[in-house]
Amino acid sequence: MTDQDRPQYQQLLARKVEVVNVGLEGFVKDLRDCDIGVVHVDWKPSAGGDPQMAALLAKLGV
Amino acid sequence: MNVVVLNEVRKGFYLDSVALMRLSREVAGSPGVIEAALMMGTPSNAAIMRNAGLLEEGTAVKGNDLVIAVKAESESAAREALDNAIKSLDKPKTQGEAQAAWRPHSIAAAVTARPEINLALISVPGEFAAAEARKALNRGLHVLMFSDNVSLEDELSLKQQARAAGLLMMGPDCGTAVIGGAPLAFANKLTRGRIGIIGASGTGTQEISCLISEAGAGISHAIGVGGRDLKKDIGGITTLMAIDAFDADPETDHVVLISKPPHPDVAKSVLERIGRSRKSYTVCFIGASEVQLPANARFSPTLKGAAELALGHKQIGADFDANAVASRLPRSGRGGIEGLFAGGTLCAEAQVILAAAGRKVASNAAIPGVPKLGVEPSAGRDRLIDLGDDEYTRGRPHPMIDPSVRDDALRAALKNRDLSVILLDLVLGYGAHADPAEHLAKIAADRGQDAPVLVASVVGTEQDPQGRSAQIRKLEQAGFIVAPSNAQACELAVAIVQNAGR
Repeated sequence: MTDQDRPQYQQLLARKVEVVNVGLEGFVKDLRDCDIGVVHVDWKPSAGGDPQMAALLAKLGV
Repeated sequence: MNVVVLNEVRKGFYLDSVALMRLSREVAGSPGVIEAALMMGTPSNAAIMRNAGLLEEGTAVKGNDLVIAVKAESESAAREALDNAIKSLDKPKTQGEAQAAWRPHSIAAAVTARPEINLALISVPGEFAAAEARKALNRGLHVLMFSDNVSLEDELSLKQQARAAGLLMMGPDCGTAVIGGAPLAFANKLTRGRIGIIGASGTGTQEISCLISEAGAGISHAIGVGGRDLKKDIGGITTLMAIDAFDADPETDHVVLISKPPHPDVAKSVLERIGRSRKSYTVCFIGASEVQLPANARFSPTLKGAAELALGHKQIGADFDANAVASRLPRSGRGGIEGLFAGGTLCAEAQVILAAAGRKVASNAAIPGVPKLGVEPSAGRDRLIDLGDDEYTRGRPHPMIDPSVRDDALRAALKNRDLSVILLDLVLGYGAHADPAEHLAKIAADRGQDAPVLVASVVGTEQDPQGRSAQIRKLEQAGFIVAPSNAQACELAVAIVQNAGR
């Protein structure tokens, strides 16, 4: 099996990690200090702050 | 005393928990303030504030509202503290912060602009974490979910979705991972090498990876799976995928698997899979005794033992002689040991070592066979407390970020004449407090001459931002005895009380 044929999770260890950070902003600086590409999401609770609605919307792919 | 509670609710205003902690402390330090909290108005935070009497009658909050709550001795003190908090929130960002980087409003926008993104690091409040993880998986991203308080049902469905898509779902409650040198969440700056780690325990992974790195070997990758992955409900989904990933990784020769003792059915399937692996394994099920291992695996019930096996039986801290150190110490207290741990697995390892040495122990995070504090009778037992447990961290940051979580317990222990030893851990690395040794030293500075002996270990490496030896020096200057590993700190604690009893 070539590397390309393997499922993605088996290729993760051989690839460069690029991160989207959602939550604690402090993690961004740590990653940048190690030369890891990272984009920080300016996150706010979705669905007007209603966790059940947010979960439902995520399941629906919204 | 007249008590006044004032609230300000900012609709649709989000700040992360570390920024909120900083502001909360600022407000709580204002003159005349009894208690203060800045929190997002999630259902669980609202309950905490209501229980603490910090919400005014009739205040309604939602999960995307920022709540500033002040309890003070007078209306004017409450008003002034509230106004100062609002000023801090509204302070314009510096030019540097404003220009720092582009910030998309969603995972989808980030991935559209940067298609090379392959992993989402999620640390939003638990109520919203599963929704964000689902969005990340839908976009084809691997996920590390640092958030906790996520339901087992959500964990299972996210891991099943990830497995079906060939993606790795690390967590929830995954404290650390290091993938290709990238420190994810709480991680240490490690020497790269050929030993891999699969960890269902954050601080367990940190202790073993640091002991290996400091002993001169190195870590290829550390994959976190979350504390519940090896429970029956989850069935080790991520652990089994991590074994596959290490099998396919030419940079890894040997793998250490760390977990609390798994459910027997899950242990069987994981060990059976290890038996089919091309790599050799060290299996560390903290506190387990009988484990049927395949031929390519070795077993240790402790973190230090696991690190030594992975290093090919090289002894860690070989120069450290607990009995010799204990014999040089003055005698104090009545022979009790209290452990105040930031690391949950370090607390579990302490229970294993103290119990094996014949001590009667109890813990709020009890391993099998140990009574649970507050639930089962525990009078006269050594108390080993995990301060990162939910009861201490609900609504506030983990003690590795905010060491003040330990302050009250440490001050009380320092005055407790039943105790001969206080056992502590200090966890360094990315994400952790900038100078935890300084913080501990300040608390300990007020202790009396006959206070219990302070025994500590430092989880970290020389390359960590805080620097391991600099932190050790600070502790030693403050009168702490620092052992080379958590296990040896526990052995020293036992030696001290045995010495005191002679």
